[in-house]
Amino acid sequence: MTKVKVDPEKCQGHARCAALAPELFVLDELGNAREAGDGTVPEALIEKAYLAKANCPELAIDVIEEKA
Amino acid sequence: MSTRPPVDDWATDFDHLDPRWIENPYPIWEELREKCPVAHTERFRGVYFPSRYEDVRAVAYDTENFSSRRIIVRETPPPRIPAPPITSDPPEHRPAKNLLLPAFTPDAIKRYEQHTREICGKLVAGFADKSGCDAAVDYAQEIPVRVIAVMLGLPEEEGDRFRTWIHDILELGITRPDVLMKAIGETTKYFQAEIEKRRSAPRDDLISRLMEAKIDGAPITEDHLLGAMRLILIAGIDTTWSAIGSCFWHLAQHPQDRQRLVADPALIPTAVEEFLRAYAPVTMAREVIKDTTIGGCPMKPGQMVLLSFPAANRDPAVFKDADHVMIDRKENRHAAFGLGIHRCIGSNLARMEITVALQEWLKRIPEFHLDPAAKVTWSEGTVRGPRKLPVLFN
Repeated sequence: MTKVKVDPEKCQGHARCAALAPELFVLDELGNAREAGDGTVPEALIEKAYLAKANCPELAIDVIEEKA
Repeated sequence: MSTRPPVDDWATDFDHLDPRWIENPYPIWEELREKCPVAHTERFRGVYFPSRYEDVRAVAYDTENFSSRRIIVRETPPPRIPAPPITSDPPEHRPAKNLLLPAFTPDAIKRYEQHTREICGKLVAGFADKSGCDAAVDYAQEIPVRVIAVMLGLPEEEGDRFRTWIHDILELGITRPDVLMKAIGETTKYFQAEIEKRRSAPRDDLISRLMEAKIDGAPITEDHLLGAMRLILIAGIDTTWSAIGSCFWHLAQHPQDRQRLVADPALIPTAVEEFLRAYAPVTMAREVIKDTTIGGCPMKPGQMVLLSFPAANRDPAVFKDADHVMIDRKENRHAAFGLGIHRCIGSNLARMEITVALQEWLKRIPEFHLDPAAKVTWSEGTVRGPRKLPVLFN
């Protein structure tokens, strides 16, 4: 199973993740990001998860591949 | 432009007001990155210039050794001019920034998208039937000033006044403290009058909301309020206008990119990120407050550091083919809006404005090129963008 995780200490609200993968990330009232739900990435969205990670200027996003 | 002693060696005597730097800084930065990644100059009472991404990032993240109390390199340091949160350090920075952030989230910015589209549409309609226009003067510079005016609750027709202040504060004010202080005084008076108007009759605008804002239960001081308003006005206008101008400067010279965006408007947001990377308009500065070392270069307290996000964005160690503009670049971790706690509050607003400005123009004017008989001119100092950009429609 694949999960995304936003490090809230690193996130500065660039909002690139929410623009590129709105299914996987949500923004709070200040515009800072967190993973949607528990961060689980459906198979079809794995590429988007990595795209979000690759576009985060603060290196705040992790994509974690967990063994089932 | 002032007459300045010519630069012989960029590594030890750079001058960011040198005409060559203003015209085309990228080859200078490339040379520095290879020969002397942290340059220094005795000009402006001592300034360092890191040109590599990792060094720019290190300074941006280091609020222990670098202060934001001065964020513009000037010939003569003026008295402190606070504009929180951009001039704030921790711990004051966070609460000052949190006051403003809710007004600038992507959702909050959507409120202004339709209005921005109308502004752009009207401007384009004003020149689309002519043989050409000045894409900087007639278009780019007219967009952000109006959107910011609407957000703050100020008359949209005040554009000339706002742009004069910005020119005085950010450009002329670098070498002329009298011009700087006069403009600061005028903005203070202007905003005090706007605050006064809202005391008895609050409006649905950002100024009224900031007047009611509290930090730790206490209303913010008038100085804080005036500083924040000045920041929003200054930071929200010529930055985005410069970014928009640079997009058109590029597209006027790259017909394949232009035709591709006309044929596939869905690519515009991706292209906007690439234009932001390659032509990032904003260079901030920090004051060194403790002895430290960046990229192997010792730095002395009291000196300044030019924090060149534009140079970081051209670093080939981080961006493949960094000097090549690829409008479909997928991995683009650019730093156009800064890195760390001072990430530009207006980034979502800027992205919306640039995107809409491109969409509305390209719909009506798909073909254009630089006017070969005219000259493109660039701003100098903190914000880089075309100030004259004559184009012909074909």
